[in-house]
Formats: sequence, structure tokens, C-alpha cells
Amino acid sequence: MKIVNVTHGSFYAIGAYAAASMTAAWLAHGYPPMLSYAVLVVAAIVVAAPFAILIERVILRPLYSRDEVVILLVTYALFLILEDVVKLIWGVNPYFIAEPYALLGSFQVAGMAYPTYNLILVAVALFFGGGLAWLLHSTRAGKLLLAVIHDPEVSRAMGVNVGRYYLATFALGSLLAALAGAFTAPTVSVVPGLGVEVIVLSFAVVVIGGLGSLPGAAVGAVMVGLVRSLSVHYMPQVELFVIYFVMAVVLALRPRGLFSLAEPRKI
Amino acid sequence: MSFGNRLAVVALTALAAAAAAPSALAQNVKIGIVAFISGPAAAPFGVPAKNAADFVIDELNAGRGPAPYDKKGFGGATIETVVVDEAGSTTTQVTEFRNLVQRHNVDLVIGYISSGNCLAIAPVAEELKKFTNFFDCGTPRIFEDAAYKYVFRTSPTATMDSVGAALYVRDARPNIKSIAGLNQNYAWGQDSWGDFELAMKVLVPNLEVKTSQMPKLFAGQYNAEISALLGAKADVIHSSFWDGDLEALILQGGPRGLMKSSLTILTTGETAMHKLGAQIPDGTVLGARGPFGPFAPDNAYNKWFAAGFEKRFNAPANYASYQMAQAILGVKLAWEKAQAAMGGGTTAGGKRPTNEQVAAALENMTFEGPGGTVRMAIGKGHQAIMETAYGTTRLANGKLTLVNVKRYPAEKVNPPEGVKSADWIKNGFKQN
Repeated sequence: MKIVNVTHGSFYAIGAYAAASMTAAWLAHGYPPMLSYAVLVVAAIVVAAPFAILIERVILRPLYSRDEVVILLVTYALFLILEDVVKLIWGVNPYFIAEPYALLGSFQVAGMAYPTYNLILVAVALFFGGGLAWLLHSTRAGKLLLAVIHDPEVSRAMGVNVGRYYLATFALGSLLAALAGAFTAPTVSVVPGLGVEVIVLSFAVVVIGGLGSLPGAAVGAVMVGLVRSLSVHYMPQVELFVIYFVMAVVLALRPRGLFSLAEPRKI
Repeated sequence: MSFGNRLAVVALTALAAAAAAPSALAQNVKIGIVAFISGPAAAPFGVPAKNAADFVIDELNAGRGPAPYDKKGFGGATIETVVVDEAGSTTTQVTEFRNLVQRHNVDLVIGYISSGNCLAIAPVAEELKKFTNFFDCGTPRIFEDAAYKYVFRTSPTATMDSVGAALYVRDARPNIKSIAGLNQNYAWGQDSWGDFELAMKVLVPNLEVKTSQMPKLFAGQYNAEISALLGAKADVIHSSFWDGDLEALILQGGPRGLMKSSLTILTTGETAMHKLGAQIPDGTVLGARGPFGPFAPDNAYNKWFAAGFEKRFNAPANYASYQMAQAILGVKLAWEKAQAAMGGGTTAGGKRPTNEQVAAALENMTFEGPGGTVRMAIGKGHQAIMETAYGTTRLANGKLTLVNVKRYPAEKVNPPEGVKSADWIKNGFKQN
């Protein structure tokens, strides 16, 4: 959609808060803990979906004809507003739901305990990444979406309901961010400001990979994760700096990112 | 009575009431209370501290404090407060402090959690000649790098936390050979680790530092750091994490056996006790930045404060609450001591002491509070020292308890007068 959507950080936080509060209530009522994973997913989707639809329909839709920078600034403003909305709804006290994290136990890698939950998160990320790639490149809807992104006017002239594609794409992206928050919630203390950290890191990931590229985002995420982990293990004093150093090097060599797409020229 | 006459009577009554009001207000003592009311430090520190201020001030105004805090308000005068949110930049806090003094005309200020804010406010308080008592911030640099007439701190410094932590782990693991750290990458985390590392190296010659992790403040995810700590296999892990970072460390490290693989000491862990309870693994060492909360003595002040606070707010008082309570009580005693020295007694009709007189009264004073004895013994009588305590968690009947609680006298964990913390540690904790 050619939108650098800073609001994704807010959806991440909303997903985490919704999942933490609803799962805590689920467990407090004594319902089966194994079903708490389903509660995480449902809570994030149910709470984030109305926000996503409202924001796309009311705020972003009138702005699609404007410059991309204007939309970036609007999503940033929304991000700041939603940070306070989150505080209004859930307050400033932290939420914890450690049960889903601890429930699956851990396994040993090189003599070190590693939580099974984290391994499952890797599988979940692969599932969603693969699913998105399949949706985008192997289905009619995905191919039409690529056409809409390339040229909305021609797509509209060809009978494609462009507005519906924009809404569906924005909602899907927002729900994925909310799900990411929901899956992270059991591993952290859900506190105000949760979305800020993730959006900065995500920006580094997509810039390294190349804006708009799915394989780029995947490779960028793996690079950032590996570089940070290696730094933590072997040179912790440069941990904060190393991610942005990699980003600077990539941008110096490939200013549009590692997997930048060829820019089609309109005639 | 005609309508005109009635109007005149009403107007005269209103004027008389208005004229009387300033003299009634003049009886009040106006205190500026500064703490984080919003932001990440609000839930663990700011709000519990503000709640403590509300509780203590209401009790004092009603004359319900335990002796010698049983006189109404400050020397008979009712206490009123102006609350300021500490959130925002240091520049904002300096502006807010000036507003408190110059626009709200507060008689004195009690507040500040952030060490950065304390360092910035101290010279401004001195410039404006406004009595200011820091209740929580930890940096020892305030009174080590400068001398003040109007500035005080009735809570101990962070040096005490780190030295106490070092003594505890040395006592718990006499054969300790290595340490590792996980601290936030800003002044608090770096200073805490610096003092702890230095103290450990003095206590245990040839000590190996396996790794020192300094992730960004509020990073939230510490799996890589936990892997590094597990791989380092240090005998002891030190962390001064607080708030969400502390809770995330416990939630992520617990299931991975971090606290089982190394003796883990969490210097501010007491704030997580009330929230995480049984999720804190057995064998974790917790501190409360002094003899507060579960380490508080069984004295009349603690009984009054802890029970009253919990009843009113339906939550136990944490160490920030204790620090605020003793800050107010210390200033109350100093105010009344200054008032008594002026003659006229400590009643509502007593004279109001000046800021200079209150400061002179608090200098080198010793008083009792919910955390025990507070001695304004260093920083030329402006900095408190107290004993400190650490304990190890153990789950008993589903409830988290602290066992192997060790107390360290104030002189053992604080430098003597006139000696900088780092020099004192380097020289083997020698008292003059």
C-alpha cells in the first residue's frame, strides 16, 4: 500500500493488552490453561479489528491521494494518540500472563534451557510469513492486490474494488501486528510504551530488507536477531549500536535495502 | 429589611469572610510533592509514593500519628499539598520546581525519584533558598560532588544497595569465584553494577567477571541476555532492573532456570514481590533499597504505616511508599524542633520557622520511622544512612516468603562522612 505504518506499534500493544487481560480473566475463572493459547489469538483479533477498520475508513482513506510522507506523519500521530487510548482502557499498571509461556516447559540446547514456547513462536512466524507469500503471489486476490498497489487508478478502471482491497490489506496488517503482541504478551510485563520499542526495531528490519519486500523483511529480521544475539554473547557493550550499524552499512551499499523491488516505470 | 440592606449585609459578610480567609490559609503548611504520576516509573514507585504521602498527611492532619508524630499537621498547622508529576525531561522538572516555589509559594518540597532530576533540582533549590527533601533518588553524587544548605535526602544512597548486595552474596556463597550482571544501560544501572562489581572485587580477590549485560531501558525482551548469562555460568548474577524490565526478567528467566543456575540478586526485587508472588523462583535474593516493606522493623511506626496504608489502598506499601513516609515524618520533626527552638511551642499558634531554621534542625538529626532509625550522618548532615537487608525467596504454602534475611548495620554499608562512595569501596570499606 506504500504506507510506512507507524500505527503498527499501537496494534502490537493493543494485541498484547487484549491478550493479557482476557487470558488472565480466562485463567482466573479456572478454565483449561491449554485453551489460553486460543484466547490469546481471539482476544487480539476481536479487540484490534474494530480499531483497524475505524482507522482505515475514517482517517486514512481520505488521505490516500496525499503524499506518502503525509500518511507517515498521520500514522505517527495516531500512534501517539493510541498510546494514551491504551492507558485510558487498561490503565498504567502492568499485566502478566506467564502461564502460556511456562506451560510448555523447556528443552536443552548445548546444556542450556530454552523455552518450548519460543520455538513455537519461530514456527508461527514461518507459518504466517509463508501464508502471506502464498496469499500475495499464488492467489487471485493477492495478484489483484499487487495490481492495486502498482496502479490504483487502472485497477479501478478494470473493475477492481480498490477501497475494499485497501481496507482488507490494512486490517490484515494490523491484525498481524496485534497477533504479534498477543504472542509476545506471555513473555513480558505488558506495560505502557510496549509498542514504542517494537516499532523502532521493526523499522530497522524493513529498512535493511527493503521496503515492501516480504523476503526482505524475513531476512532483515533474521539478520537483526542474529547480529544482536552475537553481540550480546561476544561484545555486549556494542549491543545497542550494532543493529543500527548494520542498517547504516546496508543502506550505504544498497540504499533501497537488500531486497529492494525493481521500480516499475509508468508511461 | 429592604432588599438593598440585605444585599449590603450579604456583601459585608462576604468581604469579612474573604478578609478572614488569608489568615486561615496562613496557618497551613504548603508542601510540593513530586513523584512520577505517569510513565513507566509511576506504577512501581510514583503512585505508591504519592499514596503514602496522602495517607501520612491525612493521618498527621488528623493528629493520628504515633508519638512523636502525634501533633496535628506540622506544629499544629494543617498540611496542604501541591502534587507535581515527575514525568518529562529534566528541564521540565526544573521549570516545575520553579513554578512550585514562585507561583504556588510552597513552604517546602518533598519529592523526586529520578537521580537525574535530583542532580538538576539540587542547585536550583539552593538558588531559590527552598527547603527540599529528596525521598527516593539513589545517586550518591548529590552530596559527594557538592554541599547544600537547603537540600536533604532522608533515604540512603544506591551505594548502600550495591555494597549490601555484595556482602549478602559473599555470605551466602563463601566460595564465590565469578559474577555476571544484567543492568539497564543508563545512570542507575551502570552505577549499581559499577559499585557492586567494585565491592565484589574488594571482598573476593581474583574474582572473575563473566559478563556484564547492559540492555536498553525497557527493552522488554531479554532472551539473548538470559542465554548469555546461562552460558556464562557465573556463581552470582546481579541485576538492578526495575518495573516492567524486572518483571520481564523474572518471567523470562524463571522458566529457563536462570535463578536456579546462579544465585541471582535483584536489588529492587521487593517491588515485584507483591505483583508476581509465587512466580519468583525459590532461591532468588531480593532487596528493598533499605529496611523497607518485608524488611521493615516491628516498631510502632511500621505497624501504623503498613496497616493503615494497606487498609486504605488495598495493597501493601512498597519501598517507595516507606521512603516517602519517612521523608515527611523527618521534615515534620525538623519543623517542630525548629518551632520549639523559637519559643512559643508547637501548637497552631506557634511561630512558623523559616526554611533556614528547618534546615538547621534536620541537619545531623536522628529520627525513627517505619523503616527504623534514620541518621542524617553524611553529606555534612544532609544525607541519611540506614541499615539495609536482603533475603532469599522461598515458597511456603503457595505464598512467597523471605528466608535467610540478613541485616547490615548502616556503618557497614555506607561510607563515613567526607569520603566518596567509590573511594570508600576501593579502600576496603574502612570507617574513620
